[in-house]
Amino acid sequence: MEIFKLFNKNKENSKNIAKERLKLVLVQDRADISPKILDMIKSDIVRTISEYADIDNEGIDIKLTRMRKEGNKAPVSALVANIPIIKIKDKR
Amino acid sequence: MENEKLGTAIVVTSGKGGVGKTTTTANIGTGLSILGYSVVIVDADIGLRNLDVVMGLENRIVYDIVDVVEKNCRLKQALIKDKRFERLYLLPAAQTKDKSAVKPEQMVELITQLKKDFDYIIIDSPAGIEQGFQYSIAGADIAIIVTTPEISAVRDADRVIGILEAKELYNPKLIVNRIRPEMVKRGDMMNIDDIVDILAIDLIGIVPDDEAIVISTNKGEPVVLDEKSKAGQAYRNISRRIIGEEIEFLNLEADEEGKLSKIIKLLFGK
Repeated sequence: MEIFKLFNKNKENSKNIAKERLKLVLVQDRADISPKILDMIKSDIVRTISEYADIDNEGIDIKLTRMRKEGNKAPVSALVANIPIIKIKDKR
Repeated sequence: MENEKLGTAIVVTSGKGGVGKTTTTANIGTGLSILGYSVVIVDADIGLRNLDVVMGLENRIVYDIVDVVEKNCRLKQALIKDKRFERLYLLPAAQTKDKSAVKPEQMVELITQLKKDFDYIIIDSPAGIEQGFQYSIAGADIAIIVTTPEISAVRDADRVIGILEAKELYNPKLIVNRIRPEMVKRGDMMNIDDIVDILAIDLIGIVPDDEAIVISTNKGEPVVLDEKSKAGQAYRNISRRIIGEEIEFLNLEADEEGKLSKIIKLLFGK
């Protein structure tokens, strides 16, 4: 049985792929945010942060996702931004 | 019909086509009538009439829903009695008209009328979220959303839930149709929890993918009558949940577990 598991390791369960894709698409459906608006939000965030820090443009990942609030079962939309900072600018 | 009733109108809807709305309508309607309730199933899919063939009543249609709202006939003339059951009727859709033939307010009037004569009015909604969907939900007290464990169907179900809420039809109930336990088990199909979690509405039924559905539809006999079929059992359970009974959900995975022992029993005679 272990051997089969080894072979399967690289192959992610397709239902997990489905779930992730579905969650992402539903966030957009529900929030009614077009990809264009999301792009505008992205560039505004990046511009603002760039004033204070040098950021790694390659590594930027900003997306709208869904999470559950602590202690509350209702899912909420959340904008999750992952912005790698190379160094903080000296603003003195 | 004897005393004036105060029936409940349930619309069966999904957004996406081909997920089993018509089969669900036919089986819930039949299931409720077996339980002793008076039921009318309404085909609201004008132009794509199908509930009649699923029920095996296609040869008995004289008038249809459009004739009723246009007052070409009386309501009772258009109702087809299913002779196999005590209190089951079908109001067929029109086949040669289009979806503009019925307006939401006419539907409300029709459903109000039907509520006086029946305990349950089950409405088979057309696919989509346009005109046909809009009038099919007008007048309904409860919505049942049918989905299958596929991304496209769940996505459309989510859309429909949002639209129903906007139309003040709250707390829809979910039926997950065509579950394949062996695929769920190996992680290649979303399971019930995944889907309920994502849609965040109450579950009222789990229907396994079952060849018996195809066979029963071929014959025009609702699968709910088939004592041996899993899907039939699922629809009997859903009917009981609709009347307020608490029935446990079918444990489809447990059955898969037992397959090996079944094979052993077949081979060794015990």
